[in-house]
Amino acid sequence: MKPAGNKEGREPGWASGLKKLYDSVVDEPLPDTFKDLLSRLDDADK
Amino acid sequence: MSKDRSGNAAGDTSASFKRELTEVIPHLRAFARGLCGRADMADDLVQETLLKAWAARERFEPGTSMRAWTFVILRNAYLTDMRRNRFRGEYDETVAERILTAPADQEEPVHLADLHRALLTLPAERREALLLVGAGGFSYEEAAQICQCAVGTIKSRVGRARAALSAMIEDGSIPQRSSNDDPAHHAILNELDEVSAAGRKTVRS
Repeated sequence: MKPAGNKEGREPGWASGLKKLYDSVVDEPLPDTFKDLLSRLDDADK
Repeated sequence: MSKDRSGNAAGDTSASFKRELTEVIPHLRAFARGLCGRADMADDLVQETLLKAWAARERFEPGTSMRAWTFVILRNAYLTDMRRNRFRGEYDETVAERILTAPADQEEPVHLADLHRALLTLPAERREALLLVGAGGFSYEEAAQICQCAVGTIKSRVGRARAALSAMIEDGSIPQRSSNDDPAHHAILNELDEVSAAGRKTVRS
């Protein structure tokens, strides 16, 4: 099967790699910097 | 779970907004990483996005997609940063990207890191379109709303991005692993004026 890179609606063979890239970041544990930032949002509301 | 001290309706809204905002952080990080290529810069961008989203929370309509809403903010922040800093397009390979992804057909397996580097050589508008549709799972319609353009434009950008990546993978012209990533660097610099012109029209909405 040839890659269908330029055909709308069909994905080339590497396309699943793009999802893996994305999902690998989604699955990372959230760094503490974000938890800190989220708690600072509360402080800002006082 | 934070309960608002006063227990009023505005506090409940804020708490539920914050809960939703927290839930989309991993997705914002993934989108930003795809756009930037560098984990530290991507996380800075996400932090900026969270602060802007929080400041603008009264404009969020409950029941609509928090992910789409925050992606618009992140995208605009990214374009602004690109214009301001002449975004360098540096790339840091992460451990997760050192794995191979095996295509479904007869192609050679592709390193995720190579794929990401190839992605970074694309013009920003094609890169973001492909990320939204091909990685984030947004429909063409949703991606068009996020990028503030026509659905047909998104389809065309995704198609061109796919074709460009396929061509790079097929003929082995993916930029080499190096901190002096010249092809990616120059591609990004060259697109800046174009993006800058387009951005001025769309960023302020």
